[in-house]
Amino acid sequence: MSQQSLVEHIPGLRRYARALTADAWAADDLVQDTLERACSRWRLWLAGTDLRAWLFTVMHNLFISEVRQLQRRPDWGRTVDVDAVAHELQAPEGAPGSLIDLQRCLMQLPLNQRSVLLLVTLEDMSYAEVAKVTGVPVGTVMSRLARAREHMRALMDAPAQLAQPAQPLLRVLK
Amino acid sequence: MTSSAKPTDAADQALDAALRGLHREVLAEPLPAGLRESAQRLARLQQQTASTRHWGGMAAGVLLAFSVGWLSHGQLGGRLDNSAAAQTAKVEREFVRQAGFAYAAYMPEKRHPVEVAAPEQEHLVQWLSKRLGRPLKIPQLDAQGFELVGGRLLPGEGGARAQFMFQNSQAQRITLYLGAMAPAAANADNQSTQFRFEPDGPVPSFYWVEQGFGYALSGPVSKATLMALADAVYSQIH
Repeated sequence: MSQQSLVEHIPGLRRYARALTADAWAADDLVQDTLERACSRWRLWLAGTDLRAWLFTVMHNLFISEVRQLQRRPDWGRTVDVDAVAHELQAPEGAPGSLIDLQRCLMQLPLNQRSVLLLVTLEDMSYAEVAKVTGVPVGTVMSRLARAREHMRALMDAPAQLAQPAQPLLRVLK
Repeated sequence: MTSSAKPTDAADQALDAALRGLHREVLAEPLPAGLRESAQRLARLQQQTASTRHWGGMAAGVLLAFSVGWLSHGQLGGRLDNSAAAQTAKVEREFVRQAGFAYAAYMPEKRHPVEVAAPEQEHLVQWLSKRLGRPLKIPQLDAQGFELVGGRLLPGEGGARAQFMFQNSQAQRITLYLGAMAPAAANADNQSTQFRFEPDGPVPSFYWVEQGFGYALSGPVSKATLMALADAVYSQIH
């Protein structure tokens, strides 16, 4: 395992984080935290296991715990209108509108569907790899992926105003 | 169902293709300085680990040379035949593996890291000595910055095992795991004491066997620090 192979995974981690959070700064913070956590837990990485899967697992767990912390904050539950922050979505110069739209629809998926769909498409992971990273059984990955695709297609086919969150994007869990 | 997560439906294929293009430009961007530094630090740790593994065999040889100083009776003892030696090595590896698992299980505990805490040290020693069937001594590692947290009783292959936990001011924890070895190692290894280093497992450990009793000192510290701690433990309990 060379130094090369570790660094090679970082652009992939950045892209996944950006698609997950729709925020370039938050995404890089997440990658930074992931690398710090990986440094402190290096001993827990077992030789011979897949480095990419390990890094994505560390990131997944960090992200989930960050979201849970956010949920405990009193202002959690205020809705975020994705269109209002569309300019923050950091689309590259001249990016086709469809990509911004894609990101907007992604943000309307429940987190567990969004992460499964992104791992499969952006990282080309198999069901087994996604199951490992997200810590759920393979069967759950399959059903989440199916629901994510169905959900996305419905969102993207819908007229723009229907693509607004039908329910608050961020819900208070009681 | 296949293990591939690729869709067969045309609409899904189009969706997946669109998603694959999402934020593609990030892949080609140079890394921000902060990320690059962390990545380099992680890569160095990774390389250290890899080279420790790679040179593990050689390190064991070097350690063996040093270990002459550790021999309790100043002799290496009679040569074991190969199969007995292999059997012994296997039992010892199993011992240190269990020590690693016990460390991983109790190290993160906030409320119940130990069954009997340090203030009841006298009771702890009496209780565990009785259960392990020999008088135990708890080493003092205060000079190395580690204070006793307490101890607990654990099951093991050759009988009951004890785990003593120590902690320093940075809340780093180390454990001393000890107990009777399964018979193969206990019989074969009654003449010599060798320190061995186990870099793998949940946490690195130094371990040794003496008079049928195994000892493993485990902690997420550097090899040199762990060796110094093992030295302190060994000299105090013998």
